Amino acid sequence: MRRHHDMGGLDAGPVDPAEHDYTPWEKRVDAIVRLLAGKERRLITLDEHRRAMEDLGPGAYDELSYYERWISAITNILIEKGVISVEELGGKMEAVKARWQEARE
Amino acid sequence: MSETHSHDDDWPYPHPQQPDIEDGPLTDLMIMTDAVAELLIDKEVFSADDMRRTLEAIDSKSPAEGARMVAHAWLDPEFKARMLEDVNAAAEEMSIDASTIPILAVENTKDIHNVIVCTLCSCYPKYLLGLPPDWYKSRAYRSRLVREPRAVLKEFGTEIPDDVEVRVHDSTAELRYMILPMRPKGTEDMDEEALAGLVTRDCMIGVTVIDRD
Amino acid sequence: MSARFIVGDRVRVRQAYPPGHVRTPYYVRGKEGVVSRMIAEHPNPEERAYGRDGLPPVPVYRVLFRQNDLWQDYQGPEGDTTELDIQEHWLGPLEEDGE
Repeated sequence: MRRHHDMGGLDAGPVDPAEHDYTPWEKRVDAIVRLLAGKERRLITLDEHRRAMEDLGPGAYDELSYYERWISAITNILIEKGVISVEELGGKMEAVKARWQEARE
Repeated sequence: MSETHSHDDDWPYPHPQQPDIEDGPLTDLMIMTDAVAELLIDKEVFSADDMRRTLEAIDSKSPAEGARMVAHAWLDPEFKARMLEDVNAAAEEMSIDASTIPILAVENTKDIHNVIVCTLCSCYPKYLLGLPPDWYKSRAYRSRLVREPRAVLKEFGTEIPDDVEVRVHDSTAELRYMILPMRPKGTEDMDEEALAGLVTRDCMIGVTVIDRD
Repeated sequence: MSARFIVGDRVRVRQAYPPGHVRTPYYVRGKEGVVSRMIAEHPNPEERAYGRDGLPPVPVYRVLFRQNDLWQDYQGPEGDTTELDIQEHWLGPLEEDGE
């Protein structure tokens, strides 16, 4: 079996040279991963993170951007490990959303 | 531009960017990011300060430090030998923090042109060179470089003569890779700072060469 | 590092296709190459991916492959190569006549 992320040698179109500046949100995702995986905490390993991204499945490449895959994977691991619960994440997401919507008014 | 929150002064969390200066619409995953960060801070897994410092560290990294190391290696053969043996230790000599993930430098010569990729994900020496360009992480680059490197290099405007070996490095394990490009001709009178100015991110990835002509 | 292979050894990548977190890419499975550098021993990422410690550590080797050995239709000179880091348990010695 060949998994979707193992793409060396597959056909693909031209390499699009366009670059974007990393957004603050994307850097926050990177920072979260660095803090969790870094030597001070070692709450997750790079290997767990990579595996979690691979487990997002082939649709992830089509539907999610790079850092969207990152945050999806890391959140799944944190739930798996019991660092955060689904319930508290749901509650916090509601609160964050409400705060952002308030700020836009 | 909207004003900051009224409760911003006592907000314990890293200040989320104002929604209307974030690029694009607010997505569920952006909300989830902030929610995860806040939960981890609530649980004291890390602090808001840790977050701030890490963001600053991310912003502080650019290809410039890699370029400095390359220029120094061009001028000092013994440093170059040490750099080829252990980039992280050589970086420390120059007071550059390349962190603990090991980086291996491979040297371009008149016989070998090297280029790097991570086909399985997108490993990159980001603690030295900063965050990678989008194309490095793209499906097209990751799929095609190992199989048709010369065609991909051509898309970047780089043509390597047939009598020069093109060697693709796929970072499959712990090591990250960077290229030590060849010093271009006609630079004999340049000092280290000027030489560093010639070294681009793309030539440390290997998709381009430094051409003085 | 007590290692099975040394620089210069001709090796073949195992032709196995298990699921899980594998860092030996599909494109080198079953292919032959040459050990070009001893890297180090590392805890096994295949195990660490699932939260286990991955010990005892596994030797990792840089293996150099000729592009013509990797791709039937390689469009480039004979000398072109790809090099990657492979764990010991993914490698076997190349059996050759007279070896």
